[in-house]
Amino acid sequence: MSFAKESVGEIKARNLALIEDVLKVYPEKTAKRRAKHLNVHEEGKADCGVKSNLKSIPGVMTIRGCAYAGSKGVVWGPIKDMIHISHGPVGCGQYSWAARRNYYIGTTGIDTFVTMQFTSDFQEKDIVFGGDKKLAKIIDEIQDLFPLNNGISIQSECPIGLIGDDIEAVSKQKSKEYEGKTIVPVRCEGFRGVSQSLGHHIANDSIRDWVFDKLDENAPPKFESTPYDVAIIGDYNIGGDAWSSRILLEEMGLRVIAQWSGDGSLAELEATPKAKLNVLHCYRSMNYISRHMEEKYGIPWCEYNFFGPSKVAESLRKIASYFDDKIKEGAERVIAKYQPLMDAVIAKYRPRLEGKTVMLFVGGLRPRHVIGAYEDLGMEVVGTGYEFGHNDDYQRTAQHYVKDGTLIYDDVTGYEFEKFVEKIQPDLVGSGIKEKYIFQKMGVPFRQMHSWDYSGPYHGYDGFAIFARDMDMAINSPIWKMAKAPWKEGPAPEMMAAE
Amino acid sequence: MSSLRQIAFYGKGGIGKSTTSQNTLAALADLGQRIMIVGCDPKADSTRLMLHAKAQDTILSLAAEAGSVEDLELEDVLKIGYKDIKCVESGGPEPGVGCAGRGVITSINFLEENGAYDDLDYVSYDVLGDVVCGGFAMPIRENKAQEIYIVMSGEMMAMYAANNISKGILKYANSGGVRLGGLVCNERQTDKELELAEALAKKLGTELTYFIPRDNVVQHAELRRMTVIEYAPDSAQADHYRKLATKIHGNAGKGIIPTPITMDELEDMLMEHGIIKSVDESVIGKTAAELAAEELAATA
Repeated sequence: MSFAKESVGEIKARNLALIEDVLKVYPEKTAKRRAKHLNVHEEGKADCGVKSNLKSIPGVMTIRGCAYAGSKGVVWGPIKDMIHISHGPVGCGQYSWAARRNYYIGTTGIDTFVTMQFTSDFQEKDIVFGGDKKLAKIIDEIQDLFPLNNGISIQSECPIGLIGDDIEAVSKQKSKEYEGKTIVPVRCEGFRGVSQSLGHHIANDSIRDWVFDKLDENAPPKFESTPYDVAIIGDYNIGGDAWSSRILLEEMGLRVIAQWSGDGSLAELEATPKAKLNVLHCYRSMNYISRHMEEKYGIPWCEYNFFGPSKVAESLRKIASYFDDKIKEGAERVIAKYQPLMDAVIAKYRPRLEGKTVMLFVGGLRPRHVIGAYEDLGMEVVGTGYEFGHNDDYQRTAQHYVKDGTLIYDDVTGYEFEKFVEKIQPDLVGSGIKEKYIFQKMGVPFRQMHSWDYSGPYHGYDGFAIFARDMDMAINSPIWKMAKAPWKEGPAPEMMAAE
Repeated sequence: MSSLRQIAFYGKGGIGKSTTSQNTLAALADLGQRIMIVGCDPKADSTRLMLHAKAQDTILSLAAEAGSVEDLELEDVLKIGYKDIKCVESGGPEPGVGCAGRGVITSINFLEENGAYDDLDYVSYDVLGDVVCGGFAMPIRENKAQEIYIVMSGEMMAMYAANNISKGILKYANSGGVRLGGLVCNERQTDKELELAEALAKKLGTELTYFIPRDNVVQHAELRRMTVIEYAPDSAQADHYRKLATKIHGNAGKGIIPTPITMDELEDMLMEHGIIKSVDESVIGKTAAELAAEELAATA
């Protein structure tokens, strides 16, 4: 359904009424708390006017994850040449096993380990007697079985914090035993914080404390620096996103010395303090370490957005502005080179997608970053929200992305999201696997915007071609014409019989 | 099963819980009662006087060796001591690691699931000093100990602990039906000890079940890893333990929901009995030097 004929005033009134309607179902106290997370964006405001990064209300279905998910699943997991131990009972590691499509190059099980699962598989006795001895043993076994691993991280599950296991002591001792091997204890117990967001922060801090701070500043440099060295921060290479981003930076004359953390390695983490600029894609999950590197090593950082040709061009120019004319010219050259490809993609898909509406609910950066890509295709994002965003995310969203009257929903509950989509009837919903089938059963086209629905990459120019095709495929699939509610089919047979 | 009585001994660390409970239970065994002792302290010293042993193998250490508690049989963990008293120790980790509380839960579940509670008249839990977490509250939860006996003395901190334990009992009294059986005063020969113990019992809404006088024979028996009941059955002290046992035996179903008091009330009680002098609030938090300076200033 399209609301193209509605004025902004009408849209705002409708969205506000919708929020009010949704809140009516809740008990008074819950309604009061949830009301602060729902709003209609007013143009000119500094943020979206919602509270964020607060505890979810028990009893609602939140879409959030936990601190362990933020550390193991997002930040550390993609570092390919390290082994990440899910330390605690088996479930956390098992059910998060290879859930994110962090592509990487390497021989799995030999020198890279991303799609493998390592767990200390806590039993009752490990809880009662402590798991430190087992952890030490696992590290020894890892050294025996996977001698080409370059480091180990210990991702704490809840019980580690409850029983007070000293994983730092084990890490230090084993590091000493293995000639200064990088072993990183991460205190990302799931009960900490209100969402996966704190896990990102804790993981960032662990890189600071256990990787950067262990570097010998007087050691001879491992590579020759150039004035054009940059590090990609906050790209997890979902479906190859970092690769389709990296080639653009390289084409414009920059040298990418590290990818954080998609297809990344420990050596790349260690090289990053030598970068001239950190380019930051997912602000939410890696702004902490970017700020730290700015303070400690004086490396500036620059947020960018590689979704859709408009934002890609804008970002390439922004990144180039930190460098000399050679790079600035390079950026223009890259933009010009890909323009015909982008024109062709838009010529093909825009007529099929023009005026279609989208509602989003994702994590990290996507609730705002993908808006430009949809707009390049003539589509309109009419509702968006963050799983675990903070106010600085909503500020960026308000100031650079959303239109006046957009429905905003922070940490949306299952019920709210269903109700919003039911009433607004967008042409597409972009969210996660847990939401996918609910909306498809409601007859609403859907794309997974965490995993790109096993497609991708979506970043960069190459990614946009795939993005456009995928959105068209979802929205204009002939399947939707075949899915009819039986009660809406023709006159009822009883009536026929009664004639 | 229906006649099974479950009791527990709690109290401040070092107050003599294990000694008192083992002597009392030995006396109960003499009365023909079938008894099991469940030690719920990682130190595992709740059954040594029964077994004449230093410390028996604990459920948790055996489970760790075997792999898990599921790999254990009841016979592996159950030792038979004085007068056929069944003895088990929960055990637990060395200090500073792991979760001893979870260990208590694991052990008690194991005993229940494996029928250790069948054919008994008494199960007695001997729990460590304070109810520091949910695990150590396990024996006072639903369907566990019906009566708690708090071992205490006339010392301030022992009474403080007794009051704290009463708070724990109160918490579980409504959900699980646990009751305070009474106080057992293990004499330390502090001032007005009997009087104070009785006063505290009254405040808590219970009674002083027994006042055990101090006697060196307890020490002599302990050194031989024996109860006084076994070591010196004709001694006056053995008689005291027998009287305590008889009182507990007669106390079935007479436990109460305690009425714990505040720290202030406890201090007031000590003042009433002249144990501590009423405190001038103006001197709180001042060092001796500061007080001396003030005094000097006042006289100058």
